[in-house]
Amino acid sequence: MAKKPAADKARQSYTSEEVLKYYRDMLLIRRFEEKAGQLYGMGLIGGFCHLYIGQEAVVVGLQAAFKQGDAVITSYRDHGHMLACGMDPRGVMAELTGRAGGYSKGKGGSMHMFSREKAFYGGHGIVGAQVPLGTGLAFAQKYNDTDGVTFCYFGDGSANQGQVYESFNMAELWKLPVIYVIENNQYAMGTAVARASAVTEFHRRGESFGIPGKPVDGMNVLAVRDAGLEAAEWCRSGKGPIILELKTYRYRGHSMSDPAKYRSKDEVNKMKAEHDPIDQVKNLLINEKLVSEDQLKEVDREVKAIVQDSADFAQTSPEPDPSELWTDILVEA
Amino acid sequence: MTEQTGRNERRLTIARAMAEAVAQEMRIDPRVFLMGEDIATLGGVFGNTRGLVEEFGPERVRDTPISETAFIGAAVGAAADGMRPVVELMFVDFFGVCMDAIYNLMAKNIYFSGGGIKVPMVLMTSTGGGYSDAGQHSQCLYATFAHLPGMKVVAPSNAYDAKGLMTAALRDDSPVVYMFHKGLQGMGWLGTEPGATVDVPETSYTLPFGQAAVVREGRDVTIVGLAMGVHNALKAADDLARRGVSAEVIDLRTLVPLDRDTIRRSVAKTGRLIVVDEDYHSFGVSGEIIASVVEHDLRGLKAPPQRVAYPDVPIPFSRPMEQFCLPNPAKIVQAFDRMAQA
Ligand SMILES: Cc1ncc(C[n+]2csc(CCOP(=O)(O)OP(=O)(O)O)c2C)c(N)n1
Ligand SMILES: [Mg+2]
Repeated sequence: MAKKPAADKARQSYTSEEVLKYYRDMLLIRRFEEKAGQLYGMGLIGGFCHLYIGQEAVVVGLQAAFKQGDAVITSYRDHGHMLACGMDPRGVMAELTGRAGGYSKGKGGSMHMFSREKAFYGGHGIVGAQVPLGTGLAFAQKYNDTDGVTFCYFGDGSANQGQVYESFNMAELWKLPVIYVIENNQYAMGTAVARASAVTEFHRRGESFGIPGKPVDGMNVLAVRDAGLEAAEWCRSGKGPIILELKTYRYRGHSMSDPAKYRSKDEVNKMKAEHDPIDQVKNLLINEKLVSEDQLKEVDREVKAIVQDSADFAQTSPEPDPSELWTDILVEA
Repeated sequence: MTEQTGRNERRLTIARAMAEAVAQEMRIDPRVFLMGEDIATLGGVFGNTRGLVEEFGPERVRDTPISETAFIGAAVGAAADGMRPVVELMFVDFFGVCMDAIYNLMAKNIYFSGGGIKVPMVLMTSTGGGYSDAGQHSQCLYATFAHLPGMKVVAPSNAYDAKGLMTAALRDDSPVVYMFHKGLQGMGWLGTEPGATVDVPETSYTLPFGQAAVVREGRDVTIVGLAMGVHNALKAADDLARRGVSAEVIDLRTLVPLDRDTIRRSVAKTGRLIVVDEDYHSFGVSGEIIASVVEHDLRGLKAPPQRVAYPDVPIPFSRPMEQFCLPNPAKIVQAFDRMAQA
C-alpha cells in the first residue's frame, strides 16, 4: 500500500504554479479517462480499454523530470502517459473511437499509439514488451551522445517477464540511461502481487545486476517528482539505469470487462478516501492557500472543456476508409 | 428429451464443455494439472477453467505469474517426467514470448529422444477477432502452429466437439495445441455465435483426431472451414440453398492431423471448393487445403477453388475496418458466384 516515507516529505519544496500544474495535468487525465469510460459504455469505444484512474500522480510527477531529448514508453494502460507527454487529447480520444483523426488513424486503438514528436514510443499490448524497447531507446540516446533519458514504464505483473531481466542486465552492462518505472498498482488483472511474485519489493528487482532501486509513494505527486528528478540525474550523469517502484492503485477494473471480484469495495474506497493523488494536491493547494477557489474552478472548467472537445472530435472524425487497410504495413518508398 | 438417447438435453457453451472435459479427466487421473494466468480464482478470462480450482484446489489448478516462457517450458519438463500438464496461453498472439518452449521443446522432445520421452501436454489458447481488439489480441495463427511438425492442432466449432477433442487431447501422449475461438466461447462480453452452444452428453467421451465432419451435405459446392469459419459456412449454405444451390459444409475439427480424404471425397462429388479461414490469406490453411485437393486430382474440378480468408494485413482496431476484413457468409456466397461464372 502507498506509504509516506518521512524522508520524502522533508525534502519537498514547491511553487504554487508547479503544484497547480500538477493538479491540472492529473485532473485532465482523470476526466479524460472518465469520459473514455462513458464512451465505452455507450458503445463508441470497442475492444479492451484500460483506464489509468488512480495512478495519475505517477506519470505527472515523473514528467516533471522530463527534458527535451528524453523518451517515454509504456504498456497498454497508456492514455495518461500520452496526455502527460503533451499529445493532443483529440487525437488520443479519436484513436479510442477508431477514427481517421486518431493518432494511429484507427489502426491501433487504445493500446497502440505513438508520437515521435512528443517522444512517446507506445502503447504496447504484449506484457513486458516495452522493456527491451525502452532499453533500446536508451541505447540510441547514449550512442548518439545525447543527454537523453528513457522513462520505461511497466506494471507489477509485467515485472515477472523474462525479457525484463535480460534488459536489466544489458542496461547495466552498457550503462544505458533508462529509468525503469515499475507501476505497482497491486494487481495484474485479477492477481494480487503476493500471489504472483516471490519478492514483492519490486525496487529490489535489479539488485543482482547492480541496478539501484527506490520505492516511492506513487499517490503523492511531489514525492514522485523528487524521485524522478533524482533518478534522471543519476542517468544523465552516466551512472546507468535505475529502478523506481511507484506504489499506486488502479481504481477501475483491469479493463472495461473486468468483473473485479478479486478485491473488496472497501479496499478500493479506502484508497480513494485516504490516498487519492488529486485530492492530496487539491488539499495542499487549499490548505496552504496557494491558489484561490476561483483559480481551481477555472482549472476545472478548462479541463472539462478540453475533454468535451476531444470527445466531440472523437465522435465526428470520420471512420477510416477501408482503402487505408493496405497502407502503413511497410514504409512506402 | 432428445429422441435417440432419451436423456435430457444439456446445452453447453464451448467454455463449459472444455472445463467439464478437464474436470472429468482430473477426477480419474491425478497426473493432470493446470497452469495459466488467472485460470484459477477467475476461472479463465474466457471461462474455460471455471469451477476447477473450487473442485481440485490450487495445487492442481495454478495461477501463474505472467511468465509464459517459464510456465510453458516447465510444463514440457513436467510432461517429460510423466505429468500431464494443461497450460493456457491466454491469447494465441502472445506465442511470441514463449514460442521456443512450444516449437523447439514441446514439439521436438519426442523426436529428439528417439521416442524415449513422451510429451503428454495440452496447450490451450484463444484465437480470433471481431470485437475491436487490434492486431495483438485478435489473430488466429492456425497455420503457424499447424506448419510446425511435432504437435497436434485442434480447433473446435461447437461444444460437443470441444468436449470430445479436449478429452482426447488429455489422453494423448503427444502435445496438443487446443485453439478455441473467442467468439464461440459463450462469454457475454465478447458477443457469441449461438450455433456453438449445443447439446453435450454428461459422460466422458473422445472424438478421434484427424476426422473432419460433414456438417451439412450438398451437391454443388464444398465449403471447408474450421472454428468460426464453420458457422459462416453454414450461414452461407443457407443463403445458397435459397437460390437452389446445394452446399456441403466440412468442419475440419483438427488441422494436425488433417483429414484430407474427407475433403477430397466431397470435392470429387461437388466439383467446387471454397475454403473459409480467419487466419491470414497467404501461406496458410486455405492454401494447404486447396493444394491437398489439386495435387491429388485436378480432373474433378469445375472451377478454380476459392478462398475467403483474412487479408494479409495486421488486424486493425477500427470496427468497420476489421469487419471489412473478416470472412462472412456474404463473402462466401460471392466466392461461389465467382466460381459459377468461371
Ligand atoms: C505476454 C502477455 N501475457 C499476458 C497478457 C495478458 N495481460 C494483459 S495485461 C495483464 C496484466 C498486467 O499487469 P501489470 O503488469 O501489473 O499492469 P497493469 O495492468 O496493472 O497496469 C495480462 C496478464 C499480455 N497482454 N501479454
Ligand atoms: Mg499491475
